Amino acid sequence: MQHLLDVKDLEVTFALRTGSLIAIHGVNFTVDKGERVGLVGESGAGKSVTGFAIINLISKPGYISKGNILFSGQDLASLSDEEMRNIRGNRISMIFQDPMMTLNPVLTIGTQMIETLQAHMKISKTDAADIALEKLHKVHIPSPEKRLRQYPHEFSGGMRQRIVVAIALLSDPALIIADEPTTALDVTIQAEIMDLLRELCESEDTGLILITHDLGVVAQITEKVVVMYAGNIVEMGTTTEIIENPRHPYTKGLIKAIPGKRNPGERLHQIPGVMPTLMDIPPGCSFHPRCTIKGEICTKEIPKLKEIDGTGKIVACHMVSGKGEVE
Amino acid sequence: MSENNSLLTIRNVIKYFDISGGLLEQLAIRQGKVVRDRTIVRAVNDVSFSIFPGETLSVVGESGCGKSTLARAILGLYPPDSGKILYRNERIDNLTPNQMLPYRAKMQMIFQDPYASLNPRMTVEQTLNEPVKFHNKNISENEVKKRVVDVMRQVGVDPSWVDRYPHEFSGGQRQRISIARALMVDPEFIVADEPVSALDVSIQAQILNLLMDAQEQRGLTYMFITHDLSVVRHISTRVAVMYLGRLCELAQTVELFESPRHPYTQALLSAIPDIHNRKGDHVKLKGEVPTPINLPPGCVFHSRCPFANERCMREIPELAEVESGTFVACHGVEEGRL
Repeated sequence: MQHLLDVKDLEVTFALRTGSLIAIHGVNFTVDKGERVGLVGESGAGKSVTGFAIINLISKPGYISKGNILFSGQDLASLSDEEMRNIRGNRISMIFQDPMMTLNPVLTIGTQMIETLQAHMKISKTDAADIALEKLHKVHIPSPEKRLRQYPHEFSGGMRQRIVVAIALLSDPALIIADEPTTALDVTIQAEIMDLLRELCESEDTGLILITHDLGVVAQITEKVVVMYAGNIVEMGTTTEIIENPRHPYTKGLIKAIPGKRNPGERLHQIPGVMPTLMDIPPGCSFHPRCTIKGEICTKEIPKLKEIDGTGKIVACHMVSGKGEVE
Repeated sequence: MSENNSLLTIRNVIKYFDISGGLLEQLAIRQGKVVRDRTIVRAVNDVSFSIFPGETLSVVGESGCGKSTLARAILGLYPPDSGKILYRNERIDNLTPNQMLPYRAKMQMIFQDPYASLNPRMTVEQTLNEPVKFHNKNISENEVKKRVVDVMRQVGVDPSWVDRYPHEFSGGQRQRISIARALMVDPEFIVADEPVSALDVSIQAQILNLLMDAQEQRGLTYMFITHDLSVVRHISTRVAVMYLGRLCELAQTVELFESPRHPYTQALLSAIPDIHNRKGDHVKLKGEVPTPINLPPGCVFHSRCPFANERCMREIPELAEVESGTFVACHGVEEGRL
């Protein structure tokens, strides 16, 4: 079966005066129709760069230096700007973190929605307004007719993010990339937006890539998780497998570091040190300076992703054998 | 636990902000008459509680609920409009700046954004020296140096980095330096306003551990302001839940998380994404948080509460002790129908 999105060996490089920095190395993953995939990692892990690369939004001095991005069989990395504009915002939509930054403050919601539709298809203003209205209904905005005539500042943060979701849905995309869509929102509003995204992906059979640092959010909504560290995928598998049975020492540490109900008041598990910047990626496994189970080989050789028997999970760690046990 | 052995007690604190602007902006014409309209943000409305020595009291709530304003009012950064603030049974809200000085050394604050709270043009040493020298005029240079080294070791920043500037440090290390600055004057009470919200999970754990260690070693009392309920559950002794400038519920942490009483607390807790409970079956609230400019009459939560009745729309519920140590402000709980 053809995947909706098939990212193959993707590499993004930033050409700086001081030399080239490779922001992400050999990233491979797929998204199927209607599948919800989480891309997790800490700031600087390369998750947003990956998301931006998919829709060709990497700006200079960055560029895609290697790999293919197959979307319904078509390689996005080789498209011209013109061809890419037909896909971006149309077949693939993006939702960003801060809804106030995404919406134009001096145009009404209606104008912005109609403008988006007219940019992608030949459609009359009244027809476009009908579609806009239908999408506002879909994201559960009360009295949408009135809301279409209002400006972004007249909405609360949660409502604004709903509008952004409605705009992302305008042309019935096959894939939505959401970059930290709820980080700026309160928990109760976050829960509502996540419910909405899940409901929409299910009813429209839309694929979703959720970029976030919050494993709790990932657990609520995704079916598959890709964990990134310092520009590499370190572990990938079904959400249940990753959360209940993480194998890579980084994923394990990350999950244990989340404060929870298990041990209130006790010291939290901490991963020593900080993630290296792109300027000083250590040789061998980029996680080895912070790793507690590292061996000789980890300081020399970059680990390859390998499948763990039976579970479908892949892990890039020298110390984890094919049977899923620490060697 | 009575109020008398508390470290800090606040009684009926109210803080309003007048955002109506200049006189001309306030004037409007209504029914042929010139009237003066004022816009008042009711940030903190009649909040009372005590903080006891050695405990961590967390104040939680969504943005705009007044938790940060309350913290700043306690430290004297925003004088409250009415109400009392007592520190070890001494009133501190009506002191002159000079009289307030000794209290300022005992109460310190840690801010959310370590990029904004450290002066970019001061080295770590200057940042750490300043509060000590300010509060102890007669202290010798050697003693200050020694204290800087001690505190830097405690917070896990290499003392040989004293001459560096904030931009040379990562977010986590900067937050360590802000904690060091608070610890320099040997405080008793620290207000931490979202100290880990800007940090990544693995760094967040390091900073929370540091705060818990410092509390153990120095017998500190914390007031922790945050919206992250998993953090709250981990570190707090007691939790106060705020909504629109009012206290809804105050209880021991275990009690609050195991059996939340107030409908708002129930909704808030159910919305925490838990990685081990993937059903996501949270309580859905109708509507949105009203603005603190037009507070609804009666219970501030009634417009979103699934259990509100006629009394809730009319009468403001008082915070009442429903069980030893558990305080709830809800007519439904008081009447026994919830």
